[in-house]
Amino acid sequence: MTPARDFAAARSPRQNRVGAPAAVAEGASGASPARPEDCALWTEGLCKRYGEKWAVRDLSLRVARGEVFGFLGPNGAGKSTSVKMLLGLVRPSGGAAWVLGYPPGDSAIRARIGFLPEHFRFYDWLTPRELLRLHARLLGGAAELGRQADELLRWVGLADHADRRLREYSKGMLQRAGLAQALLNRPDLIVLDEPTSGLDPAGRRLVREILRRERERGATIFLNSHLLGEVEATCDRVAFLRDGEVRAVRNVGAAARGLRVVARVAGLSPAGLAALTAWAAEISHVDGELSFVARDEEALPAILASLIAGGARVYSFAPRPVTLEDLFLEIVGDAVGQ
Amino acid sequence: MRGIAVIALVTFQEAARKKILLAAALLSTAFVGLFSWGLLRCPSCAAPSTSLLRREIDSGLLMVGLYGVALFTALLAVLSSIDSLAGEIASGAIQTVAIRPLERWHLVLGKWLGYAAILALYVVLVGGGTVLAMRWTEGFTPPHLAAGLLLIWWEGLILLTVTLWFGTFCSTLTSGICAVGLYGLAFLGGWVEQIGAVTHRPAALRLGVLASLVMPSEALWRRAVFEMQSPLLGAIGFSPFNTSSAPSGLMLAYAGVYLCLALWIAMRHFSRRDL
Repeated sequence: MTPARDFAAARSPRQNRVGAPAAVAEGASGASPARPEDCALWTEGLCKRYGEKWAVRDLSLRVARGEVFGFLGPNGAGKSTSVKMLLGLVRPSGGAAWVLGYPPGDSAIRARIGFLPEHFRFYDWLTPRELLRLHARLLGGAAELGRQADELLRWVGLADHADRRLREYSKGMLQRAGLAQALLNRPDLIVLDEPTSGLDPAGRRLVREILRRERERGATIFLNSHLLGEVEATCDRVAFLRDGEVRAVRNVGAAARGLRVVARVAGLSPAGLAALTAWAAEISHVDGELSFVARDEEALPAILASLIAGGARVYSFAPRPVTLEDLFLEIVGDAVGQ
Repeated sequence: MRGIAVIALVTFQEAARKKILLAAALLSTAFVGLFSWGLLRCPSCAAPSTSLLRREIDSGLLMVGLYGVALFTALLAVLSSIDSLAGEIASGAIQTVAIRPLERWHLVLGKWLGYAAILALYVVLVGGGTVLAMRWTEGFTPPHLAAGLLLIWWEGLILLTVTLWFGTFCSTLTSGICAVGLYGLAFLGGWVEQIGAVTHRPAALRLGVLASLVMPSEALWRRAVFEMQSPLLGAIGFSPFNTSSAPSGLMLAYAGVYLCLALWIAMRHFSRRDL
């Protein structure tokens, strides 16, 4: 009766595709794992339509095992629907998906997944200790996992509030309780939907620490967030989603993003500007302000020499790392998802 | 099966935590107390203890009390479960539970079993308390008591099942309105059927049966009355507290199929819907 199982059983990967993928998120090394079974997450043309409205048009992702993968997009881009499809909570309208080598929602992987939902709604008449014990019983390891509950509650900073009911909790405390239940079964795949949105700076640091520790354990982490700083601090790669489509996938490390240089120049000839393309990308030259992205710091002296050789008088030359926000605005723009 | 048991237990725990059990217990105690107080002052107390008339009055009064039990059981079935599936789907609270290693239908069946246990407890305690009050004050015990209480519980189960079913695709409020609306339809249908039986109007009888086919809750209550009331009382006429037209065994079989089918549809629908 599991819908995701029905869905996946009816379609093998690359069957029943709806539209061509706008971009495919490759593995951490840049090379896609050969088979869907080898990936932590593998989707191809996954889509979801509600009536006439497409919530997700084309989700094509490859997330390697052990990777911390960010999922960015404006409000209404289809992030939460995508997450729910990967967890088997929402039936896709088309496309194919594999999670830890199995169809989404397959009973073989349910005990290996941890999930923190977007709005942190739980059975609020329970205390967090009871909530964790409930999940331990559902996971079939009541005794062993139940013993971990107290340790987890201490770790997320709720040890002193473990016997208060969740309905008395603030949003941040609920989020911490949710994190504890997501980590209870030491999952191979942790899906976090906006895990830091209700947290204070100490809470955010805690989440970063948790992600670091889980990553060292070998877990794959799928982080859905629109807090760019959090994604930048924790993720290996990030997919940018807009209007239900993956628009681009980038490595998050500063070295991979290059340097944005803004220079004030005069007398730059067309030939000099053309020569710049050998060293830089995204070049614009408006009213004496020259802007471009250099691959890395080592390229800067050569670029400067090229400008001067092209006849330009350089009054200022200011390089700064390309931020994730720059990338976000460049790829996604500032539009709210339709 | 483990998942079903865990969900059933947590449903019972939820009812206890939300003070549903406490409120039901307090109101039931008040109901049985009021019923006992009324019996101590009823007209039959003045009649000779062996007279046929006194026995008939006792039987009639007990049916009034058990009608209250059946009504409260039906309302408890709807009101306790109304927010269960619909509310958890709307809030998203069901998501972290639904991804755990249990089938979706385990969630529905587990909740159903939890509420069914609560209703059973309620019928045994309040129905049993009402009968005990009659036995204590008048020394009267109705025939086929177990069958009667079972039918009252069954009536509650039917309403519980349709409420959970509505909850798989409607909001909390809509589910409640639909379930109570069906209960009201069955109640009116039962009256129409009884009037048809007394006045020998086949059209009214058919309409009543049709209402019972849409929602067999009232038919189950009237069968419970038929089992427990004296034959003489049944022949006197019609009211909500006795019956002159007892639903057949076929209708009971239909109510059984209705319950199973509604539960199956609820499980199937919940398994296929987006959360």
